[in-house]
Amino acid sequence: MSGWQTLTGSAIALPEANIDTDQLIPARFMSQPRSAGYGGFLLYDARQANPDHPLDRHAAKVLVAGRNFGSGSSREAAVYALVDYGIRAVFAPSFGDIFAGNAVNNGLLTAQIDDDVAALLMARMARTAVAAQIDLGTGRATIAGQDIGFDLDPVRRQKLINGWDDIDLTAQYSNRITTFRAAHFAAHPWAMPTS
Amino acid sequence: MTVARSLLDKLWETHEVLRRDDGTSLLWVDRHLVHEGSHHGFAKLAARKMALAAPELTFGVVDHYAPTRTGDVAPDIRRMIQTLGENARAAGIRLFDLHDPEQGIVHVIGPEQGLTLPGLLINCGDSHTSTHGAFGALAFGVGATEVTHILATQTVWQKRPKTLQITFDGALGAGVTAKDMALHWIAALGADGAQGFAVEYAGAAVRALSMEGRMTLCNLSIEGGARMGLIAPDDVTFAYLKGRRFAPAGAAWAAAVADWRQLHSDGDAVFDRHVSMDASAIAPTVTWGTSPEDALPITGHVPRADGGKDIRATLDYMGLDAGMALTQIAIDQVFIGSCTNGRIEDLRMAAKVLAGRQAVVPGLVSPGSALVKKQAEDEGLAQIFVQAGLEWAGAGCSMCVGMNGDLVDAGKRCASSTNRNFKGRQGRGARTHLMSPAMVAAAAVTGHLTDVRPMLEGRT
Repeated sequence: MSGWQTLTGSAIALPEANIDTDQLIPARFMSQPRSAGYGGFLLYDARQANPDHPLDRHAAKVLVAGRNFGSGSSREAAVYALVDYGIRAVFAPSFGDIFAGNAVNNGLLTAQIDDDVAALLMARMARTAVAAQIDLGTGRATIAGQDIGFDLDPVRRQKLINGWDDIDLTAQYSNRITTFRAAHFAAHPWAMPTS
Repeated sequence: MTVARSLLDKLWETHEVLRRDDGTSLLWVDRHLVHEGSHHGFAKLAARKMALAAPELTFGVVDHYAPTRTGDVAPDIRRMIQTLGENARAAGIRLFDLHDPEQGIVHVIGPEQGLTLPGLLINCGDSHTSTHGAFGALAFGVGATEVTHILATQTVWQKRPKTLQITFDGALGAGVTAKDMALHWIAALGADGAQGFAVEYAGAAVRALSMEGRMTLCNLSIEGGARMGLIAPDDVTFAYLKGRRFAPAGAAWAAAVADWRQLHSDGDAVFDRHVSMDASAIAPTVTWGTSPEDALPITGHVPRADGGKDIRATLDYMGLDAGMALTQIAIDQVFIGSCTNGRIEDLRMAAKVLAGRQAVVPGLVSPGSALVKKQAEDEGLAQIFVQAGLEWAGAGCSMCVGMNGDLVDAGKRCASSTNRNFKGRQGRGARTHLMSPAMVAAAAVTGHLTDVRPMLEGRT
């Protein structure tokens, strides 16, 4: 996966709280292989219910959403749907923990902003697509002409910028893992399943 | 002088292979549980031409797509089950396949088989992995990239969460359960209230819970935002585990219990946050909206406004009027089951309400595992459900998530013992009200949301 540091594109607002991963991709699509592309499944039911849905009016790269975005199920398919649609960054007051971890593993930024900043942006954006610029290095973005700071765990920031792959990273520690494993089961023999 | 440590501290230290300068830990994984949804992880591993690091610590189970009724199985569902079977055989892992007599929901059979033990680190590509924390295990859900990493290395990168202790003092009233405790705290703190925290549950009302109740409580931690829930193991835990298939036996059992008795937060351990709740003040609780935080005592009313939050869209989706009594909400059907409330004690409580009574709406009862199903049939519970007019089905995730085709139709309202009332969770346009199995049974009898407590009077 390639990393990224700056991004320019259009942003739209989804002014709702608790957009959970069941909404981001309904379960019935999850038996599809990734190669099929997941972008069409993104917020499928919400888009079906609203033919004028912002995702269908604009080709956005950035979302601004309400609190607790990506809560619920651990399905990484929710991130696949966002990324395959073309979304590279989501700004919200809070994110589901598992979703945020999945996001960084797929190059998707989860930028945490204050409630009042989210409200301000949503008021400015309304139903229109606006210009957005993001700089991971400085932790700042300009959305709808508004310069804002966002919070991002430094580890995740580095991972996004470098496009690190955890399995490659972990390979350098394989000897330590082997040693740990032996000591762990020697100290806790009951931890090995019996039959 | 030793530094006082929390249960999380102890579990973390036991599994930390190393910690990077940036504070991220590489943790050893004792048990990795996979299911049909893990196909992304196996595909990613195959694409890298890598093999499993520890097949002896990896266990597979068919649950999310498991058909629970007889009849034709849709081709894509059959394919998901077959793919898991192929991946499991190729990787050399023990699989609890569809017709295995010990098949069931991953978070039901893990404990049932003794694969779940205090002091272990357990991962699964499912957010309700927090369930296993009821045993004092460090257990949390992971995504597909992390599943791949665990398959490849038997380790997981994780930053240590902060600690939140939730204490439930006092005793629960009759007809009030662990489900009500969970919905109560989630309503109070919010569905993102515990994000970034591991929750440790403590207090007299938690100690008084059976293992089934503790699993329900820890299971729902993720609905309050916490990836992990924890309860210190005690004699109740050990009694549950003794003699289970994969649990230690003989001398190893004694050594294990001696280790496990150390797994508790020290008396003066410091938590990042502490919240106290009065268990005796908790009523049977139901959800009215589309987030688990939208929960109220059954004696309450559908809110008019929720702290400034615009609830019109929610009430619209749910087809409810602001201000109506919760007990006025008429239902179309019921569901009893899931990793939250599909265990034997859950079925016993529902059956206690239903015995000698008739359901006035249709409903499905799906036990959490094939062993739970057999036990319920042996105890006569299945007959009570059938005589009440409910359908007695096979074991799996079933109508909690609808992947196997057990769906609630659009616009229909379901009283459900499950964990998520999200829009579309039980089916496109489905309306879900979460509650305990006893409350689901009460709703089945009356046809509307109902306080179960009077219906339990005189029944022991």
